[in-house]
Amino acid sequence: MEDKENGLSYKGIKIAIVAGTPGAGKTSVLIHTIRSLINLGFNPAVVKIDCLYTDDDIRYKKLGIPILVGLSKDMCPDHFAIYNLEEMVEWANNQSQNIDILIVETAGLCHRCAPYTKNTLGICVIDATSGPNTPKKVGPFLTGADIVAITKGDIISQPEREIFRERVLEMNPKCRIYDVNGLSGQGCEEIAKEITKTKSIMHEELEFEELRHSAPLCICTLCIGERRVSKKYHRGVLRRIDGFTKYLGE
Amino acid sequence: MNIKEITIIGGYNKHRELENVRELTIKKGEIFGIVGPTGSGKSNLISDIEQLAQGDTLSGRKILINGEIPPEDIRRNPRKKRIAQLSQNMNFLADMTVEEFILMHAKSRGIERENIVDKVINLANKLTGEPIEREYNLTVLSGGQSRSLMVADVAVVSDSPIVLIDEIENAGIKKHEALNLLADYGKIVMIVTHDPVLALMADRRVVMKNGGMCKIINTSSEEKEVSKRLSEIDDWILSLREKIRHGEILGLDNVIKKQYM
Repeated sequence: MEDKENGLSYKGIKIAIVAGTPGAGKTSVLIHTIRSLINLGFNPAVVKIDCLYTDDDIRYKKLGIPILVGLSKDMCPDHFAIYNLEEMVEWANNQSQNIDILIVETAGLCHRCAPYTKNTLGICVIDATSGPNTPKKVGPFLTGADIVAITKGDIISQPEREIFRERVLEMNPKCRIYDVNGLSGQGCEEIAKEITKTKSIMHEELEFEELRHSAPLCICTLCIGERRVSKKYHRGVLRRIDGFTKYLGE
Repeated sequence: MNIKEITIIGGYNKHRELENVRELTIKKGEIFGIVGPTGSGKSNLISDIEQLAQGDTLSGRKILINGEIPPEDIRRNPRKKRIAQLSQNMNFLADMTVEEFILMHAKSRGIERENIVDKVINLANKLTGEPIEREYNLTVLSGGQSRSLMVADVAVVSDSPIVLIDEIENAGIKKHEALNLLADYGKIVMIVTHDPVLALMADRRVVMKNGGMCKIINTSSEEKEVSKRLSEIDDWILSLREKIRHGEILGLDNVIKKQYM
């Protein structure tokens, strides 16, 4: 923090990667969380990853923070997010506000890819009304998360809420669970505090950053199990966040 | 933790004005009523207490236990939670049997007890005319059955010193027996109700308006007397209901004999 004030040295950036089923309330939860982060004196920036379309950036822009949208088009959105992590950090570092927290909101589709990396904070947003069997079905984006934010608990009964929570713990015993409300923002301050406790990553460390879980098979190097994030390890059909698509390989 | 009292520190109503009632303390052993028109904020008050809100809900209320802010883990961890809540309805989104539901809920509360499934089901079956079996799927239960199961679950599995009840009257179950099961001696009981009998059974009641706690009324000795009379009328109506349920035909003598009005 001191260094931020004199602006002399770069202290790295805290990265939170947020995954969750569509409609679970990721954006609503993040908007309240970001407000708390700003109140706590931090300068967050957001990257929103989606496939074909999003208007979530309009909601984020109202917070007055830098927002970058990445549309993966025909590339798997989670693979796209992983492949572009370095770009996102560079983008955040190039903003004028001394960005110290980068939040990546993923598209969250197949639940099979968990774009969490070892030194970022993995946040899973999951909807309690999806039923207590959901935690068993969703895979690495829940089992690999540090933080599980359960939304919409207010519209089910107490025993149903408690059973849902128990199922989450069965799948991921080490996670920290928060009940959050995307409408009122309840619980989001705690999520913000968890983000502030994440250690910062230096840009040059990203070259060695690894996924917690390998992504499923598809058509690029990630698809065959590459876990290193850095661009230089990737081959296949690859789309950059600025839209440039290339084929690398033989 | 021995819970002696809970305190509600007032927040705001729907118009963002301060609530009239700024502080309300309810002590162990008290039955406290929550009344007010539909949409006046009764269920939100109950849910603030269930979550032990700390100014982080829409109302901005704060809930203290024994005069102090409760520790984090009591707010979050059902194993440490000392509050049981009976909601208006259960959605039963779960594709599971009655037995799995009870066992899973007991696990979430950290309760290991022999025959807990039988205990809950036997209790539930005292409240409903249509018996529940352990292998029934939750989604096939009737309204009365699921309500009875919820009451029995709150009484046995989430047995807690603070009990919150959100409308028990429209459930097609025996409301007095249900209330007796839930409101054991020495508990703090808060009950949302539109039913005059239940409202007057409480020692005090808060009147809700526009999302805020508007005023507190102490049940007078006259009201207690009214409550007694209402109870008799209630029993009489219940007896007529049972007759109709069992296919009997009512005559004018069923009404004339009882000159309560």
